[in-house]
Amino acid sequence: MANLATREAYGKALVELGKENKNIVVLDADLSKSTKTADFAKVFPERFFNVGIAEADLIGTAAGLSTCGKIPFASTFAMFAAGRAFEQIRNSVCYPKLNVKIAATHAGLTVGEDGASHQSVEDIAIMRSIPNMTVICPADDVETMAAVKAVSEYYGPVYIRLGRASVPTINDRPEYKFEIGKAVLLKEGKDVTIFATGIMVSEALKAAEELQKEGIDAEVVNIHTIKPLDEEAVVNSVKKTKAAVTCEEHNIIGGLGSAVCEVLAEKCPAPVKRVGIKDTFGESGKPAELLKKYGLTKNEIVKAAKEAVAAK
Amino acid sequence: MNRDINKLKEIAVEVRKNIIKMLTESQSGHPGGSLSAVEILTSLYFSEMKVDPNNPKWEDRDRFILSKGHAAPVLYAVLAEKGFFDKAELMTLRKIDSNLQGHPSIKNTPGVDMSTGSLGQGLSVANGMALAAKLDNKDYRVYILLGDGELEEGQVWEAAMTAAHYKLDNVTAFVDFNGLQIDGPCTQVMNVTPIADKFRAFGWNVIEIDGHDYNQIFDAIDKAKATKGMPTMIVAKTVKGKGVSFMENQVGWHGTAPSKEQCEQALQELGGAING
Repeated sequence: MANLATREAYGKALVELGKENKNIVVLDADLSKSTKTADFAKVFPERFFNVGIAEADLIGTAAGLSTCGKIPFASTFAMFAAGRAFEQIRNSVCYPKLNVKIAATHAGLTVGEDGASHQSVEDIAIMRSIPNMTVICPADDVETMAAVKAVSEYYGPVYIRLGRASVPTINDRPEYKFEIGKAVLLKEGKDVTIFATGIMVSEALKAAEELQKEGIDAEVVNIHTIKPLDEEAVVNSVKKTKAAVTCEEHNIIGGLGSAVCEVLAEKCPAPVKRVGIKDTFGESGKPAELLKKYGLTKNEIVKAAKEAVAAK
Repeated sequence: MNRDINKLKEIAVEVRKNIIKMLTESQSGHPGGSLSAVEILTSLYFSEMKVDPNNPKWEDRDRFILSKGHAAPVLYAVLAEKGFFDKAELMTLRKIDSNLQGHPSIKNTPGVDMSTGSLGQGLSVANGMALAAKLDNKDYRVYILLGDGELEEGQVWEAAMTAAHYKLDNVTAFVDFNGLQIDGPCTQVMNVTPIADKFRAFGWNVIEIDGHDYNQIFDAIDKAKATKGMPTMIVAKTVKGKGVSFMENQVGWHGTAPSKEQCEQALQELGGAING
Protein backbone atom coordinates (compact mmCIF):
# COMPACT_ATOMS: atom_id res chain seq x y z
CA MET A 1 0.00 0.00 0.00
CA ALA A 2 2.85 2.35 -0.62
CA ASN A 3 2.10 5.88 -1.75
CA LEU A 4 -1.56 6.61 -1.22
CA ALA A 5 -3.26 9.89 -0.33
CA THR A 6 -4.85 9.93 3.10
CA ARG A 7 -8.15 11.00 1.50
CA GLU A 8 -8.10 7.76 -0.53
CA ALA A 9 -7.69 5.76 2.66
CA TYR A 10 -10.52 7.76 4.22
CA GLY A 11 -12.90 6.70 1.45
CA LYS A 12 -11.95 3.05 1.92
CA ALA A 13 -12.29 3.31 5.69
CA LEU A 14 -15.78 4.76 5.41
CA VAL A 15 -16.95 1.86 3.28
CA GLU A 16 -15.54 -0.63 5.79
CA LEU A 17 -17.16 1.19 8.70
CA GLY A 18 -20.45 1.50 6.87
CA LYS A 19 -20.63 -2.28 6.62
CA GLU A 20 -19.99 -2.72 10.33
CA ASN A 21 -22.15 0.05 11.73
CA LYS A 22 -25.44 1.15 10.22
CA ASN A 23 -25.40 4.35 12.25
CA ILE A 24 -22.52 5.70 10.19
CA VAL A 25 -23.82 8.41 7.86
CA VAL A 26 -21.76 10.57 5.52
CA LEU A 27 -22.32 14.12 4.36
CA ASP A 28 -20.57 16.16 1.74
CA ALA A 29 -20.83 19.60 0.14
CA ASP A 30 -20.42 18.87 -3.58
CA LEU A 31 -16.86 17.58 -3.29
CA SER A 32 -17.56 13.90 -2.79
CA LYS A 33 -15.38 12.78 -5.70
CA SER A 34 -12.45 14.73 -4.29
CA THR A 35 -12.98 13.94 -0.61
CA LYS A 36 -13.65 10.29 -1.55
CA THR A 37 -16.95 10.16 0.31
CA ALA A 38 -18.33 9.14 -3.10
CA ASP A 39 -16.91 5.68 -2.33
CA PHE A 40 -19.34 5.44 0.57
CA ALA A 41 -22.18 6.99 -1.41
CA LYS A 42 -21.83 4.29 -4.04
CA VAL A 43 -22.28 1.47 -1.53
CA PHE A 44 -24.70 3.15 0.90
CA PRO A 45 -26.64 5.76 -1.10
CA GLU A 46 -29.39 5.95 1.53
CA ARG A 47 -26.90 6.96 4.20
CA PHE A 48 -25.16 9.62 2.14
CA PHE A 49 -26.35 13.22 2.05
CA ASN A 50 -25.02 15.83 -0.33
CA VAL A 51 -26.09 19.28 0.84
CA GLY A 52 -24.67 21.10 -2.14
CA ILE A 53 -22.15 23.91 -1.86
CA ALA A 54 -23.24 24.89 1.63
CA GLU A 55 -20.68 24.18 4.34
CA ALA A 56 -22.56 25.84 7.18
CA ASP A 57 -25.57 23.67 6.39
CA LEU A 58 -23.29 20.64 6.08
CA ILE A 59 -22.14 20.96 9.68
CA GLY A 60 -25.57 21.81 11.08
CA THR A 61 -27.23 18.88 9.32
CA ALA A 62 -24.54 16.56 10.67
CA ALA A 63 -25.17 17.98 14.15
CA GLY A 64 -28.88 17.22 13.88
CA LEU A 65 -28.24 13.66 12.72
CA SER A 66 -25.88 13.10 15.64
CA THR A 67 -28.50 14.13 18.21
CA CYS A 68 -30.58 11.18 16.98
CA GLY A 69 -27.86 8.56 17.43
CA LYS A 70 -26.22 8.72 14.03
CA ILE A 71 -22.45 8.99 13.65
CA PRO A 72 -22.02 11.56 10.89
CA PHE A 73 -18.79 12.03 8.97
CA ALA A 74 -18.99 15.43 7.27
CA SER A 75 -16.47 16.17 4.56
CA THR A 76 -15.30 19.05 2.47
CA PHE A 77 -11.93 20.74 1.94
CA ALA A 78 -10.13 21.87 5.09
CA MET A 79 -10.37 25.47 3.95
CA PHE A 80 -14.17 25.38 3.89
CA ALA A 81 -14.69 23.15 6.93
CA ALA A 82 -12.42 24.92 9.39
CA GLY A 83 -12.71 28.26 7.65
CA ARG A 84 -16.19 28.81 6.29
CA ALA A 85 -17.99 26.67 8.85
CA PHE A 86 -15.91 27.54 11.90
CA GLU A 87 -18.76 28.97 13.87
CA GLN A 88 -21.16 26.14 13.06
CA ILE A 89 -18.48 23.72 14.26
CA ARG A 90 -18.00 25.81 17.38
CA ASN A 91 -21.63 26.45 18.29
CA SER A 92 -23.60 23.59 16.74
CA VAL A 93 -21.07 20.79 17.34
CA CYS A 94 -18.43 21.50 19.99
CA TYR A 95 -20.45 23.55 22.48
CA PRO A 96 -23.17 20.87 22.70
CA LYS A 97 -20.42 18.21 22.42
CA LEU A 98 -22.13 16.31 19.65
CA ASN A 99 -20.79 13.17 18.02
CA VAL A 100 -19.84 14.75 14.69
CA LYS A 101 -16.69 13.80 12.78
CA ILE A 102 -15.38 16.43 10.42
CA ALA A 103 -13.03 14.83 7.91
CA ALA A 104 -11.41 17.68 6.05
CA THR A 105 -9.39 16.86 2.97
CA HIS A 106 -7.05 18.91 0.77
CA ALA A 107 -5.35 20.44 3.79
CA GLY A 108 -2.12 22.38 3.47
CA LEU A 109 0.00 23.35 0.47
CA THR A 110 -0.16 19.96 -1.23
CA VAL A 111 -3.55 20.89 -2.66
CA GLY A 112 -1.13 22.11 -5.31
CA GLU A 113 -2.28 23.82 -8.47
CA ASP A 114 -5.53 25.23 -7.03
CA GLY A 115 -3.40 27.74 -5.17
CA ALA A 116 -3.61 29.73 -1.95
CA SER A 117 -7.39 30.18 -1.92
CA HIS A 118 -7.70 26.42 -1.38
CA GLN A 119 -4.57 25.77 0.70
CA SER A 120 -5.55 25.74 4.34
CA VAL A 121 -2.56 26.64 6.51
CA GLU A 122 -4.64 27.66 9.53
CA ASP A 123 -7.08 24.83 10.21
CA ILE A 124 -5.18 23.06 12.99
CA ALA A 125 -4.87 26.34 14.88
CA ILE A 126 -8.55 27.14 14.46
CA MET A 127 -9.82 23.70 15.34
CA ARG A 128 -7.59 23.02 18.33
CA SER A 129 -8.66 26.24 20.01
CA ILE A 130 -12.26 25.06 20.32
CA PRO A 131 -13.14 23.38 23.63
CA ASN A 132 -14.30 19.73 23.33
CA MET A 133 -12.61 19.31 19.94
CA THR A 134 -10.17 16.51 19.13
CA VAL A 135 -7.74 17.17 16.26
CA ILE A 136 -6.13 14.32 14.34
CA CYS A 137 -3.73 14.50 11.42
CA PRO A 138 -2.78 11.04 10.12
CA ALA A 139 0.60 10.42 8.51
CA ASP A 140 -0.34 7.82 5.93
CA ASP A 141 -3.04 5.49 4.64
CA VAL A 142 -2.59 2.91 7.40
CA GLU A 143 -2.94 5.54 10.09
CA THR A 144 -5.94 7.10 8.36
CA MET A 145 -7.79 3.78 8.25
CA ALA A 146 -7.05 3.21 11.93
CA ALA A 147 -7.91 6.77 12.92
CA VAL A 148 -11.26 6.77 11.14
CA LYS A 149 -12.21 3.55 12.91
CA ALA A 150 -11.02 4.86 16.28
CA VAL A 151 -12.94 8.13 16.03
CA SER A 152 -16.11 6.27 15.08
CA GLU A 153 -15.84 4.45 18.40
CA TYR A 154 -15.17 7.64 20.38
CA TYR A 155 -18.08 9.87 21.38
CA GLY A 156 -17.51 13.54 20.65
CA PRO A 157 -16.46 16.05 18.01
CA VAL A 158 -13.35 15.22 15.98
CA TYR A 159 -11.55 17.09 13.23
CA ILE A 160 -9.53 14.79 10.97
CA ARG A 161 -7.08 16.52 8.67
CA LEU A 162 -6.42 14.73 5.38
CA GLY A 163 -4.38 15.44 2.30
CA ARG A 164 -4.85 15.42 -1.44
CA ALA A 165 -1.44 14.19 -2.53
CA SER A 166 -0.01 10.70 -2.19
CA VAL A 167 2.29 10.06 0.75
CA PRO A 168 4.55 7.08 1.51
CA THR A 169 3.19 4.40 3.80
CA ILE A 170 5.26 4.31 6.97
CA ASN A 171 3.03 2.51 9.44
CA ASP A 172 2.53 -0.79 7.63
CA ARG A 173 4.02 -2.94 10.37
CA PRO A 174 2.48 -5.52 12.71
CA GLU A 175 3.17 -3.69 15.97
CA TYR A 176 1.46 -0.47 14.80
CA LYS A 177 -1.42 0.58 17.01
CA PHE A 178 -3.53 3.73 16.81
CA GLU A 179 -4.87 5.29 19.94
CA ILE A 180 -6.42 8.78 20.02
CA GLY A 181 -4.12 11.09 21.97
CA LYS A 182 -1.15 8.71 22.02
CA ALA A 183 2.03 9.72 20.25
CA VAL A 184 3.88 7.07 18.27
CA LEU A 185 7.62 6.69 18.80
CA LEU A 186 9.06 5.85 15.39
CA LYS A 187 12.77 6.04 16.10
CA GLU A 188 14.61 6.33 19.37
CA GLY A 189 17.41 8.85 19.71
CA LYS A 190 19.20 10.90 22.34
CA ASP A 191 20.32 14.20 20.81
CA VAL A 192 17.11 15.88 19.60
CA THR A 193 13.44 14.99 19.24
CA ILE A 194 11.68 15.57 15.96
CA PHE A 195 7.92 15.85 16.48
CA ALA A 196 6.04 15.57 13.20
CA THR A 197 2.46 15.31 12.07
CA GLY A 198 0.69 14.37 8.84
CA ILE A 199 2.69 14.21 5.65
CA MET A 200 5.78 15.58 7.43
CA VAL A 201 6.27 12.38 9.41
CA SER A 202 7.91 10.58 6.51
CA GLU A 203 10.17 13.59 5.89
CA ALA A 204 11.12 13.55 9.57
CA LEU A 205 12.20 9.91 9.28
CA LYS A 206 14.33 10.74 6.24
CA ALA A 207 15.85 13.67 8.12
CA ALA A 208 16.73 11.41 11.07
CA GLU A 209 18.61 9.07 8.72
CA GLU A 210 20.53 12.01 7.34
CA LEU A 211 21.32 13.31 10.80
CA GLN A 212 22.55 9.88 11.87
CA LYS A 213 25.15 10.03 9.12
CA GLU A 214 26.34 13.30 10.56
CA GLY A 215 26.55 11.90 14.06
CA ILE A 216 23.31 13.34 15.46
CA ASP A 217 21.03 10.73 17.01
CA ALA A 218 17.50 12.04 16.52
CA GLU A 219 14.35 10.66 18.08
CA VAL A 220 11.27 10.78 15.82
CA VAL A 221 7.80 11.01 17.31
CA ASN A 222 4.62 10.96 15.24
CA ILE A 223 2.03 13.26 16.79
CA HIS A 224 -1.08 12.10 14.95
CA THR A 225 -3.31 13.61 17.61
CA ILE A 226 -2.56 17.29 18.02
CA LYS A 227 -5.34 17.67 20.55
CA PRO A 228 -5.40 16.23 23.12
CA LEU A 229 -1.62 16.34 22.83
CA ASP A 230 0.31 13.45 24.38
CA GLU A 231 2.05 15.77 26.82
CA GLU A 232 3.71 12.95 28.67
CA ALA A 233 5.37 11.64 25.53
CA VAL A 234 6.50 15.13 24.51
CA VAL A 235 7.96 15.95 27.91
CA ASN A 236 9.59 12.57 28.49
CA SER A 237 11.29 12.62 25.13
CA VAL A 238 12.63 16.15 25.50
CA LYS A 239 13.77 15.46 29.07
CA LYS A 240 16.07 12.94 27.44
CA THR A 241 17.13 14.79 24.27
CA LYS A 242 16.98 18.39 25.60
CA ALA A 243 16.09 19.82 22.18
CA ALA A 244 13.14 19.63 19.79
CA VAL A 245 12.06 20.25 16.21
CA THR A 246 8.44 20.35 15.11
CA CYS A 247 7.33 19.65 11.53
CA GLU A 248 3.94 20.31 10.02
CA GLU A 249 2.31 21.28 6.74
CA HIS A 250 0.66 24.22 8.47
CA ASN A 251 1.44 27.72 9.63
CA ILE A 252 4.11 27.73 12.33
CA ILE A 253 1.59 29.80 14.28
CA GLY A 254 -1.02 27.83 16.16
CA GLY A 255 -0.37 24.29 14.98
CA LEU A 256 1.80 21.43 16.18
CA GLY A 257 4.76 23.74 16.76
CA SER A 258 2.75 25.95 19.04
CA ALA A 259 1.19 23.00 20.86
CA VAL A 260 4.60 21.46 21.57
CA CYS A 261 6.07 24.82 22.64
CA GLU A 262 3.16 25.43 25.01
CA VAL A 263 3.82 22.17 26.81
CA LEU A 264 7.59 22.44 26.86
CA ALA A 265 7.56 26.05 28.06
CA GLU A 266 5.56 25.00 31.09
CA LYS A 267 6.96 21.58 31.83
CA CYS A 268 10.38 21.14 30.27
CA PRO A 269 11.93 24.28 28.76
CA ALA A 270 14.27 23.45 25.89
CA PRO A 271 15.31 24.93 22.54
CA VAL A 272 12.66 24.30 19.87
CA LYS A 273 12.83 24.96 16.13
CA ARG A 274 9.58 24.96 14.17
CA VAL A 275 9.53 23.68 10.59
CA GLY A 276 6.32 24.75 8.90
CA ILE A 277 4.81 27.41 6.71
CA LYS A 278 6.26 30.70 7.86
CA ASP A 279 3.07 32.70 8.31
CA THR A 280 2.49 33.16 4.62
CA PHE A 281 0.00 32.06 1.98
CA GLY A 282 0.87 29.44 -0.59
CA GLU A 283 0.51 29.61 -4.38
CA SER A 284 -0.15 27.40 -7.38
CA GLY A 285 2.37 24.70 -8.18
CA LYS A 286 3.05 21.01 -7.93
CA PRO A 287 2.94 19.64 -4.37
CA ALA A 288 6.65 18.73 -4.36
CA GLU A 289 7.59 22.15 -5.72
CA LEU A 290 5.52 23.87 -3.07
CA LEU A 291 6.95 21.80 -0.23
CA LYS A 292 10.43 22.70 -1.40
CA LYS A 293 9.73 26.40 -1.90
CA TYR A 294 8.02 26.79 1.47
CA GLY A 295 10.62 24.88 3.44
CA LEU A 296 8.81 21.66 4.21
CA THR A 297 11.55 19.20 3.35
CA LYS A 298 13.98 16.78 4.88
CA ASN A 299 16.76 19.32 4.41
CA GLU A 300 14.92 21.98 6.39
CA ILE A 301 14.35 19.50 9.21
CA VAL A 302 18.02 18.54 9.24
CA LYS A 303 19.00 22.20 9.40
CA ALA A 304 16.51 22.91 12.20
CA ALA A 305 17.69 19.90 14.17
CA LYS A 306 21.28 21.07 14.01
CA GLU A 307 20.23 24.52 15.19
CA ALA A 308 18.23 23.06 18.06
CA VAL A 309 21.17 20.89 19.12
CA ALA A 310 23.54 23.86 18.92
CA ALA A 311 21.21 25.93 21.11
CA LYS A 312 21.25 23.43 23.99
CA MET B 1 -54.10 15.65 22.10
CA ASN B 2 -56.03 18.07 24.26
CA ARG B 3 -56.68 21.36 22.49
CA ASP B 4 -58.60 23.12 25.24
CA ILE B 5 -58.02 26.70 24.22
CA ASN B 6 -59.24 28.23 27.46
CA LYS B 7 -56.77 26.09 29.33
CA LEU B 8 -54.00 27.10 26.92
CA LYS B 9 -54.85 30.76 27.46
CA GLU B 10 -54.45 30.25 31.19
CA ILE B 11 -51.09 28.57 30.66
CA ALA B 12 -50.04 31.42 28.37
CA VAL B 13 -50.76 33.96 31.10
CA GLU B 14 -48.65 31.98 33.53
CA VAL B 15 -45.82 31.67 30.98
CA ARG B 16 -45.87 35.40 30.24
CA LYS B 17 -45.78 36.23 33.93
CA ASN B 18 -42.84 33.92 34.45
CA ILE B 19 -40.98 35.48 31.52
CA ILE B 20 -41.39 38.91 33.13
CA LYS B 21 -40.41 37.64 36.57
CA MET B 22 -37.35 35.78 35.31
CA LEU B 23 -36.05 38.74 33.37
CA THR B 24 -36.67 41.12 36.23
CA GLU B 25 -34.80 38.78 38.56
CA SER B 26 -31.85 38.36 36.17
CA GLN B 27 -31.91 42.00 35.03
CA SER B 28 -30.80 40.64 31.68
CA GLY B 29 -32.39 38.90 28.69
CA HIS B 30 -34.84 39.30 25.84
CA PRO B 31 -38.51 39.96 26.67
CA GLY B 32 -39.92 41.15 23.31
CA GLY B 33 -39.26 38.07 21.20
CA SER B 34 -40.10 35.77 24.12
CA LEU B 35 -43.55 37.26 24.60
CA SER B 36 -44.33 37.14 20.87
CA ALA B 37 -43.81 33.37 20.76
CA VAL B 38 -45.90 32.30 23.77
CA GLU B 39 -48.91 30.98 21.84
CA ILE B 40 -46.70 29.05 19.40
CA LEU B 41 -44.72 27.31 22.15
CA THR B 42 -47.70 26.61 24.40
CA SER B 43 -49.58 25.09 21.44
CA LEU B 44 -46.67 22.81 20.67
CA TYR B 45 -45.78 21.68 24.18
CA PHE B 46 -49.28 21.40 25.66
CA SER B 47 -51.39 20.30 22.73
CA GLU B 48 -49.23 18.83 20.02
CA MET B 49 -45.76 17.43 20.67
CA LYS B 50 -45.10 13.95 22.00
CA VAL B 51 -42.67 14.67 24.82
CA ASP B 52 -42.13 13.13 28.25
CA PRO B 53 -40.87 15.45 30.99
CA ASN B 54 -39.76 12.38 32.95
CA ASN B 55 -37.74 11.10 30.00
CA PRO B 56 -36.48 14.20 28.17
CA LYS B 57 -34.20 12.16 25.87
CA TRP B 58 -36.95 9.71 24.84
CA GLU B 59 -35.85 8.56 21.38
CA ASP B 60 -39.29 8.73 19.78
CA ARG B 61 -40.20 12.18 21.07
CA ASP B 62 -41.04 15.07 18.81
CA ARG B 63 -38.20 17.56 18.69
CA PHE B 64 -38.25 21.32 19.09
CA ILE B 65 -35.46 23.72 18.20
CA LEU B 66 -35.57 27.33 19.30
CA SER B 67 -33.45 28.67 16.47
CA LYS B 68 -34.03 32.22 17.74
CA GLY B 69 -32.24 31.19 20.90
CA HIS B 70 -32.44 34.61 22.54
CA ALA B 71 -36.10 33.81 23.25
CA ALA B 72 -34.84 31.26 25.79
CA PRO B 73 -37.09 32.67 28.55
CA VAL B 74 -40.26 31.52 26.76
CA LEU B 75 -38.79 28.06 26.22
CA TYR B 76 -37.68 27.76 29.85
CA ALA B 77 -41.02 29.00 31.16
CA VAL B 78 -42.87 26.48 28.98
CA LEU B 79 -40.54 23.58 29.86
CA ALA B 80 -40.94 24.36 33.58
CA GLU B 81 -44.71 24.63 33.20
CA LYS B 82 -44.67 21.26 31.45
CA GLY B 83 -42.70 19.73 34.32
CA PHE B 84 -39.23 19.26 32.82
CA PHE B 85 -37.74 21.01 35.86
CA ASP B 86 -38.84 22.90 38.95
CA LYS B 87 -40.39 26.31 38.31
CA ALA B 88 -38.29 27.76 41.13
CA GLU B 89 -35.27 27.27 38.84
CA LEU B 90 -36.63 29.92 36.50
CA MET B 91 -35.37 32.57 38.89
CA THR B 92 -31.79 31.40 38.30
CA LEU B 93 -31.89 32.49 34.62
CA ARG B 94 -28.52 33.85 33.42
CA LYS B 95 -26.98 33.56 36.88
CA ILE B 96 -23.70 31.85 37.67
CA ASP B 97 -23.96 28.03 38.05
CA SER B 98 -27.50 28.04 36.64
CA ASN B 99 -28.97 25.34 34.41
CA LEU B 100 -30.69 28.13 32.53
CA GLN B 101 -28.06 29.69 30.33
CA GLY B 102 -28.65 32.96 28.49
CA HIS B 103 -29.30 30.93 25.36
CA PRO B 104 -30.56 27.32 25.26
CA SER B 105 -27.98 24.65 26.01
CA ILE B 106 -28.60 20.97 25.41
CA LYS B 107 -26.04 20.09 28.08
CA ASN B 108 -27.61 22.18 30.82
CA THR B 109 -31.37 22.09 30.55
CA PRO B 110 -33.69 19.05 30.46
CA GLY B 111 -36.02 19.32 27.49
CA VAL B 112 -33.73 21.45 25.33
CA ASP B 113 -33.17 19.49 22.11
CA MET B 114 -30.43 21.68 20.64
CA SER B 115 -28.07 24.40 21.79
CA THR B 116 -28.83 27.60 19.92
CA GLY B 117 -28.23 31.29 20.21
CA SER B 118 -26.03 32.05 17.26
CA LEU B 119 -28.73 32.85 14.72
CA GLY B 120 -29.31 30.93 11.53
CA GLN B 121 -28.07 27.52 12.63
CA GLY B 122 -31.24 25.77 13.82
CA LEU B 123 -32.89 24.80 10.56
CA SER B 124 -29.88 22.76 9.39
CA VAL B 125 -29.99 20.87 12.68
CA ALA B 126 -33.74 20.31 12.33
CA ASN B 127 -33.11 18.84 8.88
CA GLY B 128 -30.52 16.48 10.33
CA MET B 129 -33.01 15.27 12.94
CA ALA B 130 -35.65 14.82 10.26
CA LEU B 131 -33.28 12.85 8.02
CA ALA B 132 -32.48 10.59 10.98
CA ALA B 133 -36.21 9.97 11.53
CA LYS B 134 -36.61 8.97 7.88
CA LEU B 135 -33.57 6.67 8.02
CA ASP B 136 -34.93 4.94 11.10
CA ASN B 137 -38.54 4.85 9.88
CA LYS B 138 -39.66 6.78 12.92
CA ASP B 139 -42.67 9.06 12.90
CA TYR B 140 -41.49 11.75 15.26
CA ARG B 141 -41.73 15.27 13.94
CA VAL B 142 -39.31 18.16 14.15
CA TYR B 143 -40.57 21.62 15.05
CA ILE B 144 -38.50 24.75 14.87
CA LEU B 145 -39.05 28.43 15.59
CA LEU B 146 -37.09 31.02 13.65
CA GLY B 147 -37.09 34.77 14.05
CA ASP B 148 -37.93 37.02 11.13
CA GLY B 149 -34.70 38.97 11.53
CA GLU B 150 -32.92 35.64 11.70
CA LEU B 151 -33.95 34.97 8.11
CA GLU B 152 -31.25 37.44 7.10
CA GLU B 153 -28.67 34.74 7.90
CA GLY B 154 -27.55 32.93 4.73
CA GLN B 155 -27.45 29.51 6.36
CA VAL B 156 -31.24 29.62 6.76
CA TRP B 157 -31.56 29.56 2.98
CA GLU B 158 -28.98 26.80 2.58
CA ALA B 159 -31.07 24.77 4.99
CA ALA B 160 -34.32 25.80 3.30
CA MET B 161 -32.99 24.26 0.07
CA THR B 162 -31.90 21.10 1.87
CA ALA B 163 -35.28 20.59 3.57
CA ALA B 164 -37.11 20.88 0.26
CA HIS B 165 -34.53 18.82 -1.66
CA TYR B 166 -34.82 15.92 0.77
CA LYS B 167 -38.62 16.30 0.94
CA LEU B 168 -38.57 16.67 4.72
CA ASP B 169 -42.31 16.68 5.35
CA ASN B 170 -41.55 15.86 8.99
CA VAL B 171 -40.14 19.36 9.48
CA THR B 172 -42.57 22.07 10.54
CA ALA B 173 -41.04 25.50 10.92
CA PHE B 174 -42.54 28.66 12.37
CA VAL B 175 -41.35 32.18 11.71
CA ASP B 176 -42.10 34.51 14.61
CA PHE B 177 -42.94 37.39 12.28
CA ASN B 178 -42.96 40.23 14.77
CA GLY B 179 -41.36 42.67 12.36
CA LEU B 180 -38.63 43.98 14.65
CA GLN B 181 -34.95 43.25 15.16
CA ILE B 182 -32.29 44.84 17.38
CA ASP B 183 -31.53 47.84 15.19
CA GLY B 184 -35.11 48.56 14.16
CA PRO B 185 -37.94 47.31 11.96
CA CYS B 186 -36.78 44.40 9.77
CA THR B 187 -38.02 46.23 6.69
CA GLN B 188 -35.60 49.07 7.45
CA VAL B 189 -32.57 47.13 8.72
CA MET B 190 -32.69 44.50 5.97
CA ASN B 191 -35.96 43.75 4.30
CA VAL B 192 -36.77 40.08 4.77
CA THR B 193 -40.22 40.32 3.17
CA PRO B 194 -42.00 38.78 1.39
CA ILE B 195 -41.27 35.84 3.67
CA ALA B 196 -44.03 33.54 2.44
CA ASP B 197 -43.15 34.01 -1.23
CA LYS B 198 -39.49 33.36 -0.55
CA PHE B 199 -40.17 30.02 1.11
CA ARG B 200 -42.69 29.07 -1.58
CA ALA B 201 -40.00 29.73 -4.15
CA PHE B 202 -37.68 27.47 -2.15
CA GLY B 203 -40.17 24.62 -2.44
CA TRP B 204 -41.93 24.82 0.91
CA ASN B 205 -45.58 24.47 1.82
CA VAL B 206 -46.29 27.89 3.32
CA ILE B 207 -49.15 28.86 5.63
CA GLU B 208 -49.71 32.40 6.90
CA ILE B 209 -51.47 32.85 10.23
CA ASP B 210 -51.99 35.10 13.23
CA GLY B 211 -49.42 33.69 15.64
CA HIS B 212 -51.48 34.56 18.70
CA ASP B 213 -54.62 32.73 17.55
CA TYR B 214 -54.68 29.15 18.84
CA ASN B 215 -57.25 28.00 16.30
CA GLN B 216 -55.12 29.24 13.43
CA ILE B 217 -51.99 27.67 14.92
CA PHE B 218 -53.64 24.26 15.26
CA ASP B 219 -55.16 24.46 11.82
CA ALA B 220 -51.71 25.20 10.37
CA ILE B 221 -50.07 22.35 12.30
CA ASP B 222 -52.74 19.95 11.04
CA LYS B 223 -52.18 21.09 7.47
CA ALA B 224 -48.43 20.67 7.90
CA LYS B 225 -48.90 17.10 9.14
CA ALA B 226 -51.15 16.30 6.21
CA THR B 227 -48.69 17.68 3.67
CA LYS B 228 -46.46 15.03 2.10
CA GLY B 229 -43.22 15.47 0.23
CA MET B 230 -42.38 18.98 1.36
CA PRO B 231 -41.56 20.84 4.56
CA THR B 232 -43.99 23.40 5.94
CA MET B 233 -43.25 26.95 6.95
CA ILE B 234 -45.86 28.63 9.14
CA VAL B 235 -45.39 32.37 8.88
CA ALA B 236 -46.92 33.53 12.14
CA LYS B 237 -47.66 37.24 12.34
CA THR B 238 -47.03 38.27 15.91
CA VAL B 239 -46.65 41.29 18.14
CA LYS B 240 -43.26 41.71 19.75
CA GLY B 241 -43.73 42.15 23.50
CA LYS B 242 -47.30 40.78 23.24
CA GLY B 243 -49.36 41.15 26.41
CA VAL B 244 -47.43 43.96 28.07
CA SER B 245 -48.73 47.31 26.80
CA PHE B 246 -45.50 49.28 27.10
CA MET B 247 -43.45 46.52 25.44
CA GLU B 248 -45.71 45.85 22.45
CA ASN B 249 -44.11 46.71 19.11
CA GLN B 250 -41.24 48.52 20.83
CA VAL B 251 -37.78 47.89 19.39
CA GLY B 252 -36.22 48.91 22.71
CA TRP B 253 -37.68 45.85 24.45
CA HIS B 254 -35.72 43.39 22.32
CA GLY B 255 -32.98 42.85 24.86
CA THR B 256 -33.79 44.96 27.90
CA ALA B 257 -34.95 43.64 31.26
CA PRO B 258 -37.81 45.38 33.08
CA SER B 259 -37.27 47.29 36.30
CA LYS B 260 -39.15 46.23 39.47
CA GLU B 261 -41.79 48.88 38.83
CA GLN B 262 -42.19 47.87 35.21
CA CYS B 263 -42.40 44.26 36.34
CA GLU B 264 -45.26 45.13 38.73
CA GLN B 265 -47.14 46.93 35.99
CA ALA B 266 -46.61 44.10 33.53
CA LEU B 267 -47.81 41.48 36.00
CA GLN B 268 -50.88 43.56 36.76
CA GLU B 269 -51.71 43.85 33.08
CA LEU B 270 -51.21 40.15 32.58
CA GLY B 271 -53.20 39.35 35.73
CA GLY B 272 -56.07 38.07 33.64
CA ALA B 273 -57.20 34.58 34.36
CA ILE B 274 -54.68 33.74 37.04
CA ASN B 275 -53.36 35.84 39.89
CA GLY B 276 -49.94 35.64 41.51
